[in-house]
Amino acid sequence: MTAFYSIYRGYFRTALVVQFQYRVAMIIWLLGGIIEPVMYLVVWRTVAQQQGGAVGGYAVNDFAVYFIAIMLVEHGTFSWIMWEYDFRIRMGQFSSQLLKPIHPIHSDIADNIGYKFLTLIIMAPTAALLAWLFNASWQPDARTLAIFVPVLVLAFLMRFFWEWSLAMLAFWTTRVDAINQAYFIVVLFFAGRLAPLELFPQFLQRVADILPFRWMLAFPVELLLGRLTPNELWLGIGAQLFWLVAGYLVMRVIYRAGIRRYAAFGA
Amino acid sequence: MYYIRLFATYVRLGALGELEYRANFWINLLQSILELCVALGGLAVVFSHTDNLGGWRPEEILAVLGVYFLVGGLIRVLIRPSMVKFMEDVRQGTLDFTLTKPADSQVLVSMQRVELWRLADVLIALPVLGTALVRLRVELGLAEALTFGATMLSGGLIIYSFWLMLSTCAFWFVKVENIQVIFQSMWQAGRWPISIYPAWLRAVLTFLVPVAFATTVPASALSGRITSSTLWGSLALAAALLIVSRWFWRVGIRFYSGASA
Repeated sequence: MTAFYSIYRGYFRTALVVQFQYRVAMIIWLLGGIIEPVMYLVVWRTVAQQQGGAVGGYAVNDFAVYFIAIMLVEHGTFSWIMWEYDFRIRMGQFSSQLLKPIHPIHSDIADNIGYKFLTLIIMAPTAALLAWLFNASWQPDARTLAIFVPVLVLAFLMRFFWEWSLAMLAFWTTRVDAINQAYFIVVLFFAGRLAPLELFPQFLQRVADILPFRWMLAFPVELLLGRLTPNELWLGIGAQLFWLVAGYLVMRVIYRAGIRRYAAFGA
Repeated sequence: MYYIRLFATYVRLGALGELEYRANFWINLLQSILELCVALGGLAVVFSHTDNLGGWRPEEILAVLGVYFLVGGLIRVLIRPSMVKFMEDVRQGTLDFTLTKPADSQVLVSMQRVELWRLADVLIALPVLGTALVRLRVELGLAEALTFGATMLSGGLIIYSFWLMLSTCAFWFVKVENIQVIFQSMWQAGRWPISIYPAWLRAVLTFLVPVAFATTVPASALSGRITSSTLWGSLALAAALLIVSRWFWRVGIRFYSGASA
């Protein structure tokens, strides 16, 4: 455990130093993650205003809080690892990672978290600015915030395991680009980024329950908004744990099979 | 005439290169269909809770979405590939080969690569636009067709000039590939009519990153919402931006001194 602690500390330090070199690129990359929720915030706020102030249990203010929270939780849980592995495996950069006596996922996690902390410098004021522009008011209680922390960590880890497994597909195909795009489009729909899932037709809500995406994003956000009953909360954490364990197992299997296939291009 | 022949040559070259990767077209088509399904699903969810959005009826929003896919597809076929190649060329110094050719450098740079397999995006936009037109019960007369054509053309030229100016920055800052991310991020906001956004965002999408002229304006030409001041304003802006981007290109090219030579 202490060994892991110092390894992660080292990884964090390098991640921060590396990311800091690309300050401008970093800000530009954040833009997409800000525009999308703002766009749907505006759409749904307009709908709610037209329907006399509320739609399906969401008032104008709830939509503002919902989409600002979506922006933050998406920022906290997303990863770009699929694009990265496509590049690493095609260019043969993966070889040097295999030489290290530690599973490569650790440095990826550290990179991701390092980037998130650094970009929080921009995301936090942006969220505050949006809250001000759209008059969002939000009063969470301490208990919700306390539960939110582990729920967010679970969401991050399960999403990371799944997306890391997806990234490993680059061992078998050179068309990961298309797979990634398809994945992102499905996530967009079923994770609650287009609209709160409660506003979906019943049938699609049940589909979203079965798929993992809802538990990565919509679930932590609904928790923050205080919309979950205790039952729903425990059910959600159960679903997160289930997908976490499943993701972990899939990741192990696919990684083992992948490195057996890997034949270091360009080495 | 000379330049049309030149463009045809580049298209043929592009097609020859791509015939090796025919699967790209089908994969891209599938991906675009999936994206369209999600976009339509989103519209369906919105309109299951309301019958209009900020005064826009569902079929009008469908027209906006159709134009969004159509113009987005054309950008990915015609504008983006050349601009990305140009930025690469500046960084690696291979732009010299283009500059030594006996034709106008801006024209050459702007049409040097055409990605035909991205036509899939354009193809899927057509049924969407068609459905919107039928639902709108538009009698597409000559006047409407001309207005739509004019707004599409000026929208396209505005986007082209804007992108050219962003890319021209490569002469000074060399590494500007990330600049195109700015455009792509803002572009997605064009799938909704611009009038629903709050004033500050509307200003950004009209003047800072001129998305509105390429999506909302042509779509409103189809549904007959367009005012003559918008039409002429759009044409005037296209002309102005063409001139400004041309001037900026000249300044940039004079500054360029090669990378390896």
